[in-house]
Amino acid sequence: MTVAEIARALSLTPITVADADRTFSGVYVGDLLSWVMGRAKSDNAWITIMSNVNIIAVATLVDVAVILLAEGVTLDESVRQTAEQKGVNVYTSEKTAYELAAALAGLAT
Amino acid sequence: MNEAVKFHFVVDGDDFTSAGQASVQIKKNLRQLGISPETIRKVSIAMYEGEINMVIHAGGGEADVLIYEDRIEILLTDNGPGIANIDLAMQEGFSTAPDNIRSLGFGAGMGLPNMKRYTDSMQIDSALGKGTRILMTVNL
Repeated sequence: MTVAEIARALSLTPITVADADRTFSGVYVGDLLSWVMGRAKSDNAWITIMSNVNIIAVATLVDVAVILLAEGVTLDESVRQTAEQKGVNVYTSEKTAYELAAALAGLAT
Repeated sequence: MNEAVKFHFVVDGDDFTSAGQASVQIKKNLRQLGISPETIRKVSIAMYEGEINMVIHAGGGEADVLIYEDRIEILLTDNGPGIANIDLAMQEGFSTAPDNIRSLGFGAGMGLPNMKRYTDSMQIDSALGKGTRILMTVNL
């Protein structure tokens, strides 16, 4: 399933759209960045409430398919620009991390 | 052919938000050299954790990456306060990072364990008041 398809299905609000056709595989939920780096997998959709610039570096290094910001979290303009420069897909949603994960699980079946 | 390809980076200790520049750059460099994605992931994550540590604890430092035919070596050096108890620092969950760092999502006590997890060998030399030198090797 592509990033564009989950964005549409979950009514996500785009913040940066670098590659909407990228396919995601699996979901990781977490806010501790070292934990995410240790456990998340390449091509995961990563759900977090963190919004500082370090999430862009983590997303780049782990090579997640998309960052999904939960609970209406958004990015400062400088962070948004960094995400754009690094080619990281970022969307936001009013849903909680649990609701996003549950919705993604529902789509996957 | 036995000559290593070398990259050198200075890690700025003043700007926490720019930490990661060296590891993102090395990721690009390794990709250009045709290194496998899994190895690139290991090297760049281990290096990022090292960079973050140097910024949080040591006021910055230097990172050298040497690429040989059979391995990649990552050497991190800083002139920070040193690590008082390396065994303790290697335990998952142990951290001396301040609260402002924790609020950014770091300081979970996973940095050094992640560096060990993602490399094939890791050697730490640290002296209180003098600094820390970490050599990590990823086999190719």
